[in-house]
Amino acid sequence: MKKLTLTTLALMAAGSTTALAQETRTIDQAVNETFATVTGPFVNFIFSPLPGTSFPWIVMWLVVAASVFTIYFGFIQVRGFRHSIQLVKGDYSDPNDAGEVSHFQALTTALSGTVGLGNIAGVAVAVGIGGPGATFWMILAGLLGMASKFTECTLGVKYRNEYEDGTVSGGPMYYMSKGFAERGLPGGKILAVVFAIFCILGALGGGNMFQANQAHAQISGILGDYPGWITGIVFAIVVYAVIVGGIKSIANVTEKVVPFMGVLYVGTALIILLVNFDRIGWAFGQIFEGAFTGLGIAGGFVGALIQGFKRAAFSNEAGVGSAAIAHSAVRTKEPITEGLVSLLEPFIDTVVICTMTALVITISGLLIVDPATGNFVLDGNSIKTVGDVSGVSLTSAAFATGFSWFPYVLAIAVVLFAFSTMISWSYYGLKAWTYLFGEGKTAELVFKVIFCIFVVIGASASLGPVIDFSDAAIFAMAVINITALYFLMPIVKREMNSYMSRLKSGEIKRFKH
Amino acid sequence: MSAKIVIGLDGSGSGERAVAYARKQAKLIGDCELIAVYVIEWSPYSFQTPEENEERHKRRNEEIAAAESRIVSPAVKKLKGDGFSARGIVKHGHVADLLNSVAVEEGADQIVVARSSDGGLASRVFGTSTANLVMTAAVPVTVVG
Repeated sequence: MKKLTLTTLALMAAGSTTALAQETRTIDQAVNETFATVTGPFVNFIFSPLPGTSFPWIVMWLVVAASVFTIYFGFIQVRGFRHSIQLVKGDYSDPNDAGEVSHFQALTTALSGTVGLGNIAGVAVAVGIGGPGATFWMILAGLLGMASKFTECTLGVKYRNEYEDGTVSGGPMYYMSKGFAERGLPGGKILAVVFAIFCILGALGGGNMFQANQAHAQISGILGDYPGWITGIVFAIVVYAVIVGGIKSIANVTEKVVPFMGVLYVGTALIILLVNFDRIGWAFGQIFEGAFTGLGIAGGFVGALIQGFKRAAFSNEAGVGSAAIAHSAVRTKEPITEGLVSLLEPFIDTVVICTMTALVITISGLLIVDPATGNFVLDGNSIKTVGDVSGVSLTSAAFATGFSWFPYVLAIAVVLFAFSTMISWSYYGLKAWTYLFGEGKTAELVFKVIFCIFVVIGASASLGPVIDFSDAAIFAMAVINITALYFLMPIVKREMNSYMSRLKSGEIKRFKH
Repeated sequence: MSAKIVIGLDGSGSGERAVAYARKQAKLIGDCELIAVYVIEWSPYSFQTPEENEERHKRRNEEIAAAESRIVSPAVKKLKGDGFSARGIVKHGHVADLLNSVAVEEGADQIVVARSSDGGLASRVFGTSTANLVMTAAVPVTVVG
């Protein structure tokens, strides 16, 4: 009340705008502090280090899982890569199934949920803290993660629910409950429920708040500083119009524009790299040297490794289980084919797009190096940058060194990427929500309204607590999902061996198109 | 051995002109089967939202049912009623490719399509499909003006 009176008085005064700015900043701060306090214990647990080290157990968990799947399936990401591309091209699609969801469509739908801010802002965070060396670990994690994605998406299709009206619902919740029952294992239902809870948190965190936060950072970088909740409310209204109001035209336009934005982003990065052709060798040198020495960053080589692995997992979501929801709608008689197609996702997302961003940031020279030692100059935990930029602003500034107009294009791209990721994650969250509370208009509406409220919170909070909570929620999904994958991987292996032998014998035929 | 003619339907007046011409041909030939084909434009390379994917199978069935009940079945029924041997096919995909592939599979002697005289985007698209068909077909094509 006191604050309100002060604001009213200030509004009447001549310097009303300054006072309003201060007042709104207080709202942002209040949201930020409350948010950090509430989510703190959960975040601390997820990122607690292995005893006696500074290495978070969760990162180890993801990398070990990806390595286990890679070995268990005999380097399927290498063996199956060519066949994956043939499947996406439709070489093995039955022409009689035309009109159903194609492998290409399932892949691009899943990609539109993952390609986005993780590739632009997430990589900048990784490189800003972990140095160029983080890129090396990010690529490695991306390559290994292809096997995790293969495992979860095969199961997603195999155990999806197909309803009488022809619609489908799939995802980890379904393979946990049905797959465990099929193998005679207990606890599948419990895992499914816990996963669904974390999936809802992940949808609100990484799939929502992080997106809103970085979209605001990008817009305010261009329009000038203004309170985050304003962006939040505008975004929330548009998201509400799509997911509650059913205004499909907005989603449709976004789905069609986003791929072009992706191509434009990679194209611009390629041009910047081509122009700086002579520095690419040096940049890779920095990446390799930094990967094993850290080049003076906080935490040394382990710091680079942690950042690289963390951001790769956050960006491509391998092992998290979200992709299993997106991929499960494909029309195929062979679940393994969707697993093979899905392994392209971490490749495109992390190995190609994230690496582009990292190379452009490294080449831009925005990371300040001490000429005497060749090491990076630190500012707290992160590397000092020209113009003191971090997150998406760092990527924007790095691209601006090549094309001064690029921040404007990037701002549009970020807003669209953020929006399409939010729409995808609102769907993943909703699937988890309806799994818990049953399908029904009221239950769905409650989730959708909560989702929109979190858009506002995400845009108002500062980057640190938002990133921490987003990561923690998404990694919590991975804890449950990967546990289930370990138990269910023999099923995937059986499917894989059967499919591969039939492919080799010619029983599975290539269709002429 | 009877002759076969594939007719491209588009749910508009131009499709009916193609049917009218095919009937004339069939009468002249005598022993001739008419195959009415309606293609629902669809590409496996379009971008879709998760909701669209979830409902795709259902929508596909609805699209096929609608095309059959509104366009193909009435056309086939009328042909049969007039004493012709006729049947209908509904498919998803690229119009020119599919009319050709149906004709090849069925061993048809010719394809009859109409050049759309109507304005508007849909007819323009159909016009382009006709041009594509003429250029790529492995079977003789008659374009009715």
